[in-house]
Amino acid sequence: MRFLPLTDADRADMLKAVGAKSVDDLFCDVPAAARQSGPLPLPRGLGEMEVERRLSVMAGRNLAASDVPCFLGAGAYRHHVPAAIDQLLTRGEFLTAYTPYQPEVSQGTLQYLFEFQTQVAMITGMEVANASLYDGATACAEAALMSARVTKRAKVLMSGNVHPHYREVTATQAKFTHLEVEALAPDPFGLEDLIGRLDGETACVIVQLPGFFGHLKDYSALAKACQEQGALLVVAVTEPVALGAVKPPGEMGADIVVGDGASLGVGLNFGGPGLGLVAVKEKYVRQMPGRLIGETADADGKRGWVLTLSTREQHIRREKATSNICTNSGLCALAFSMHMTFLGEAGFTKLAKLNHARAVQLAERLAQVKGVKILPSAFFNEFAVQLSKPAVQVVEALASKRILGGVPVSRLYPSWPEMENLMLIAVTETVSDEDMNALIEGLSEVLS
Amino acid sequence: MTVLRFTNEHEWISFDEGTATVGITDFAAHQLGDIVFVELPEVGKTIAKAAQAAVVESVKAASEVYSPASGTVTAINQAIVDQPGNVNESPEGAGWFYKMSLSAPGELSGLMDKEAYDAYLKTLDH
Amino acid sequence: MSLESHTGNRGLVIEEPLIFEQGEPQRSAVDLPDVPDVPGRLGGLERQGTIGLPGLAEPECVRHYTRLSQKNFGIDSGFYPLGSCTMKHNPRLSEKAARLNGFANIHPLQPETTVQGALEAVSLLGQWLMDLTGMSAVAMSPAAGAHGELCGLMAIRAALEDKGDARQIVLVPESAHGTNPATAALCGYQVVSIPANEKGRVDVAALKAKLDGKVAALMLTNPNTCGLFESEILEIASAVKAAGAYFYCDGANFNAIVGRVKVADLGIDCMHINLHKTFSTPHGGGGPGAGPVVLSKRLKAYAPVPFVRQGEGGLELVEHGLGEAAKSFGRMKGFHGQFGVMIRALAYILSMGGNGLYQASSDAVLNANYLLARLSAELTPSFPGPCMHEALFDDRFLKDTGVTTLDFAKAMIDEGFHPMTMYFPLVVHGALLMEPTESESKQTLDIYVETLLSLARKAKAGGAAEDFKAAPRMTPRRRLDETRAARAPVLRWKQA
Repeated sequence: MRFLPLTDADRADMLKAVGAKSVDDLFCDVPAAARQSGPLPLPRGLGEMEVERRLSVMAGRNLAASDVPCFLGAGAYRHHVPAAIDQLLTRGEFLTAYTPYQPEVSQGTLQYLFEFQTQVAMITGMEVANASLYDGATACAEAALMSARVTKRAKVLMSGNVHPHYREVTATQAKFTHLEVEALAPDPFGLEDLIGRLDGETACVIVQLPGFFGHLKDYSALAKACQEQGALLVVAVTEPVALGAVKPPGEMGADIVVGDGASLGVGLNFGGPGLGLVAVKEKYVRQMPGRLIGETADADGKRGWVLTLSTREQHIRREKATSNICTNSGLCALAFSMHMTFLGEAGFTKLAKLNHARAVQLAERLAQVKGVKILPSAFFNEFAVQLSKPAVQVVEALASKRILGGVPVSRLYPSWPEMENLMLIAVTETVSDEDMNALIEGLSEVLS
Repeated sequence: MTVLRFTNEHEWISFDEGTATVGITDFAAHQLGDIVFVELPEVGKTIAKAAQAAVVESVKAASEVYSPASGTVTAINQAIVDQPGNVNESPEGAGWFYKMSLSAPGELSGLMDKEAYDAYLKTLDH
Repeated sequence: MSLESHTGNRGLVIEEPLIFEQGEPQRSAVDLPDVPDVPGRLGGLERQGTIGLPGLAEPECVRHYTRLSQKNFGIDSGFYPLGSCTMKHNPRLSEKAARLNGFANIHPLQPETTVQGALEAVSLLGQWLMDLTGMSAVAMSPAAGAHGELCGLMAIRAALEDKGDARQIVLVPESAHGTNPATAALCGYQVVSIPANEKGRVDVAALKAKLDGKVAALMLTNPNTCGLFESEILEIASAVKAAGAYFYCDGANFNAIVGRVKVADLGIDCMHINLHKTFSTPHGGGGPGAGPVVLSKRLKAYAPVPFVRQGEGGLELVEHGLGEAAKSFGRMKGFHGQFGVMIRALAYILSMGGNGLYQASSDAVLNANYLLARLSAELTPSFPGPCMHEALFDDRFLKDTGVTTLDFAKAMIDEGFHPMTMYFPLVVHGALLMEPTESESKQTLDIYVETLLSLARKAKAGGAAEDFKAAPRMTPRRRLDETRAARAPVLRWKQA
């Protein structure tokens, strides 16, 4: 077996040193009734060639979004990732290291995470960010819990413009804790009133920028209203590229920003792993979940980085920790950070403008198609459309033409018949003119 | 005349003319190591005996400070919030945590005096 | 001869500034097409001013990250016996597989008909996890070990509440990972700690004394964090069951017993499996991992959504708590779980096969026992062997030397090894927990043993404390001031 260096001679020598007759003897503490009898019911091991062949066949049964016109978003966006990033990401010193518990031999990991924290804080307009959580949906639930700790209140007001998975994961978490989530109905027309629902018991309001249905809204007035009630404003961001063009949540007065960073560097991967982002006002940092990297100096006075404020975490605080998280999304944070570094200020803002302009171009053309109505007036690179037919049928018909045309809202909201004809369309820099032509043509046919 | 008493949890309380001062002992500060963070109660807060009154943290440990007596917080030591290292320098002096007016001074009689606390420390395995 | 340094660099030891201290804002390593000139529709929410990001060209970026990587120690760099973390070799075939176009470039909300291969991959891996454990069901969406723990406890709580049973307590041994009590709290439970006995295992009498009608579950790591198999587990399981409680097994150390123990026969209700440990997906400087949970028949109905099922026209995703999933406790993760990690684990299992997995756990346990036996010449083992996949020592051998566990670990760095896990588990004093894994050759272990024996002898000979405290010296940075970092936290770069 190519991963196992011990030879039978080694094993015999080692057993002798241990004073055991066989490896079976080493398992003497396992009760006889629980021992595996006979070989495992799995196939025998394969060489690289056979494994690769088998998995290639499996992968080949999927329609890759990169091979066809793709307009899918709804929390996962396809962007071009520079070739160098993946090459750098697979350097063994990054890939095969673990959590930087030993800072003297982990300055690489610690420095990139410090840079990551800074980048996330900068683009969200917040003061500090952590070193990542699992994904945007779990980060959203963590923000609700964090708000409850900060305010010592339990009520969470959840906007109907937040991604349904973020809403569901938060609701699941609430079922098992004292959190009470008031989830507003999905809001495709962007009409909900949040300020009127705030009261002195609200721990936080959770909104999304840009909204799930695409709406861009200024939450400054909401932030002010939250402040007056002693509640926190949590802003979720599922598409961080938007922050290159759109006023950041920090400037609107957000207390906590959560999101998913998979748009940058990480890629689609069927939606996982994601990259949970959390950025907060500095005064709340001790209530923050997840790891934090801080700057310090070594014994020679040279600048270096360490894990810090660890007393918030499970390995020290146990049941009083701010979260149970241990393993996070370290390598995804590196991918995100690299992509952000490669883009830089000029590249990141241009990428955002490009996404927006391409989305505007498509929206203008779609508005001419019979049976299509664009819902948001202001949007970034994604918008909901109302179709003259059920969106599931339309999406399937387009898929049969090898076009990934959009996400039917009903897939995420199956119990809402009024959502049946709604579809989300996302446009990134990867969408070509030919792709747009194909979608317009396909939709015109399907809807006629 | 000042009365100085100690708890099993390594807090000290000194009591003089209706006002008490609370802190952690030399032993506790030494056990924690370099203190990096202190969270104190708000002035005006009413605390019951043995209830959590403050939090003190080193890099690798966090510890709750339990009030040795019941009463109302009248002052806090902002200097140790700003410079937590002050606790290590003088745990039983300038590194005090908070002052309180006692609602049941009789509670102090259940605590250890200096001699009893020193004897108690000798029984701990360290 | 040495010049006055202009860079701080010496040979391969290179100082690398933060990216924010490099470049020019107008520079970029990405050439994008021109932005079409169309009227914007941002509704007056255009971002104003600059963000503050630096701009670097591609050569500068590549050099920056290459230099950062050189300041890191990974499994690829050398022996990494970090106990409890299973730092085994990460096959590169798994990386290649996860990057196949049909896996890496599929969107989570594509029509199911266009992702049959992906659903097959998830389903096959899930099936194999059930086959490896003998359990009845599997939840694939948890993102990591701690998330798997949360999944298991949520399923347990949902099952109890379904019966109208509002139990409030979760029992956790004091040797447990911190994630166990933290998870119980996150699931709304009160934690009661169970002491260990003198053999490093759960004190069964103490456990039974605390098992009453208020206890919802026991969380027990097996093999436990001392690297020992809980030999009384069957008795524990039947006591838990008799009390009407559920048995959560923390499978963080499953890698020790794959193919040796039939998990279902331990009498447990659920167990998470860290794919990044047992099935060798890269730890990546802290993640991502994946923590699927295998479940007993009585918890199956409460498992989270989504899951894959066989439909009439092919594989389907059940994404909502409706119909057959009506009793599901809900969703705990966006989309479908850590798909990229699952593909890597699948590639690993295909490579190893049933025979290879069996050999891997056998070699991992043999390697650990070899360390336990040989290091006992100078170090102090906390418990007698045999151990499972890790060997636990405490700091008695350093008594009166002035050298601490931390100093000893830092001295190992100068000898070219990553330290073991220190000061965990908490049930022994100054713990040194070593997990060699099956990836290490006897030659590597022998060099490691000789090194540690020499260090121990040096410490015991006396007069070496200062030398140990000055370690490490051969690293990009020497010991870092953690107190300073925590007293006045600097958590981001700022323009001076």
